[in-house]
Amino acid sequence: MHITLIKRAGLVLALAGSAFLTGCASPPKTLYGWEGYQPQVYQHFKGESTDQQIAEMEKSLQTISARGASVPPGFHAHLGMLYSLTGKSDQMVAQFEDEKKLFPESAAYMDFLLSKVSKGEKL
Amino acid sequence: MIKRIFKLAACLAPMLLAVGCATQKATPYDYTAFKAAQPRSILVLPPLNNSPEVNAGNSVYAQVTYPLAEAGYYVLPVALVNETFKQNGMTTSADIHMLPPAKLKEIFGADAGMYITITRYGSTYTVLDSVVVVAAEAKLVDLKTGAVLWTGTASASNNEGGNNGGGGLIGALVAAAVKQVINSTTDQSHPVAGVTSARLLSAGYNNGILYGPRSANYSKQ
Repeated sequence: MHITLIKRAGLVLALAGSAFLTGCASPPKTLYGWEGYQPQVYQHFKGESTDQQIAEMEKSLQTISARGASVPPGFHAHLGMLYSLTGKSDQMVAQFEDEKKLFPESAAYMDFLLSKVSKGEKL
Repeated sequence: MIKRIFKLAACLAPMLLAVGCATQKATPYDYTAFKAAQPRSILVLPPLNNSPEVNAGNSVYAQVTYPLAEAGYYVLPVALVNETFKQNGMTTSADIHMLPPAKLKEIFGADAGMYITITRYGSTYTVLDSVVVVAAEAKLVDLKTGAVLWTGTASASNNEGGNNGGGGLIGALVAAAVKQVINSTTDQSHPVAGVTSARLLSAGYNNGILYGPRSANYSKQ
């Protein structure tokens, strides 16, 4: 009896504490699901393995869509660039088109890159 | 006379607010040009690095997209942008920052350019301790007209234990940066650079950039 009371009091305290913590530390709602985009940009700058970066980006894309979140600006374009570095041109084009579809603001730059590629130039 | 007192009070009130928010400057920023330009997309140029740490540019550049995109702007893919400059023989940030805005607009189609200068990056050693500090300045330029729309500065360190930066997005980042520093000694400046970037480029803060069109807070300020 005594112990249950103490336990109950403990539970109440714990709940109050967690409510307090939630009030302070709940993650703010973001517009996009970010996953590994920025860390992978950094990996790219550091010259890490492109195949590894592609694997991480593909995994991030799956997680973002599984969570029903939005893909952040530049994500598809960045993945497209990684595909082009490994000679996967078709996949690159598909990613650039996805970037344009999600963000019409990117159209001028994506078209600039696509026209370079179609002329056989590097990105 | 009473009118005068009211006017004085109206002038002082924002100052009190600014003091409440720690280190921000007291004078409110003049957003007239920014509001008139209504930029939707931002091209962040490779940062100019005035610190002795060679990795600073990449470290900051990799972390600018998050705050600007969450503020409601389209942010051009930074690694790809960097590649385009390289392919066109532009390999130093100093040269890139000198390019005519109209030329940048023509290639990248962005409404505005963000010019960042890193002023401090890395460890500062004191007698008893070492502290990692990252500080940077930013300037938002209308790529159509070349007009400056906004400027700002920010810094962060791994020694902010007592002050978590005001909670929210940035507070969480500060906590993460401090935590990560404990766990990793190899690249301790990078998470601190992330906090600096968030403080420099997030919307909704005193004298910070305005929210962009993809934010629910757009044009409410």
